[in-house]
Amino acid sequence: MPAITLVFGTMFGSLIDLNRPGHYVHWGFIQMSYANLLVIVLMLLVFVAAILIPFKTHRDKRADR
Amino acid sequence: MTVLDPKVERPDQADLDKAADRPEDADQWTARIRHTAVEALPPQRLLPDRQPAYVASWIYVFGVATVAALLVVIATGLVLAVMGPNWWHVSSTGLFVNSLHLWSVEVFFFAMVVHLWGKFFMAAWRGKRRATWITGVVSFLVSVGAAFTGYLSQQNFDSQWISTQAKDGINSTGAGAIFNVTNFGQMLMWHIVLLPLCVIALVGVHVLMVRLRGVVPPFAADDETPDGSQGSVDGPAEVSA
Repeated sequence: MPAITLVFGTMFGSLIDLNRPGHYVHWGFIQMSYANLLVIVLMLLVFVAAILIPFKTHRDKRADR
Repeated sequence: MTVLDPKVERPDQADLDKAADRPEDADQWTARIRHTAVEALPPQRLLPDRQPAYVASWIYVFGVATVAALLVVIATGLVLAVMGPNWWHVSSTGLFVNSLHLWSVEVFFFAMVVHLWGKFFMAAWRGKRRATWITGVVSFLVSVGAAFTGYLSQQNFDSQWISTQAKDGINSTGAGAIFNVTNFGQMLMWHIVLLPLCVIALVGVHVLMVRLRGVVPPFAADDETPDGSQGSVDGPAEVSA
């Protein structure tokens, strides 16, 4: 196995192991897999980042030069 | 109808251009459609070089990211259709393209949901943009159906499980009489013909509506007309696309 696969697999695979029968969160009548919950959390993070991170325009890039 | 010079066996484009837009042809349906289309969407509006300054934000990127992911979905789907299930289930290249198809769908929905949130909080239906919003919502719903029938077309235990779980829900609505989730042939046809055509058409109309009405302006700090109709998309402050 390539070293990079081994390193990333060990680092992230143990943190978020999605390669096994699904585990579920239960909130009352809501039932959701950890995998789906993870995707929703990622979407929220990307949404917040898209609002907060400045966007470089061509004008900004020209001003930097 | 305008008759071209019969001596010219094959008129070149210049002759056709000269023949077009003659006053006596103005009532022809071809001329009427052409004039309406060019008036609504002139080339510079259809593919603009500049955008309003407020578009310079990452939140405006997710619409085009969704379209880019859709192009990958369609391209990989075409390859899968050409090569067939034996190829995508067994060969390593087939498995790779199958995975590309799945993961581009994941990116498609991911980007579409972030785009949806962004547009919802901008109230992007302001300023006569209701049709843009509605075509986006319907595209989302039809895409869910396209993805669902895709999961049913995998030909594995996963698709068996999903179809047998879904049938009771679908049957309880009465739709099971014409939409049978355990009928593989029907689900495959919906997945590779009907729903992709609907998604492509809806996304096409949605993008044309965006070009027609422009990108919705943000709420101004001292906005006194909250319908957003005062927002100009052709204001002086612009950035290169």
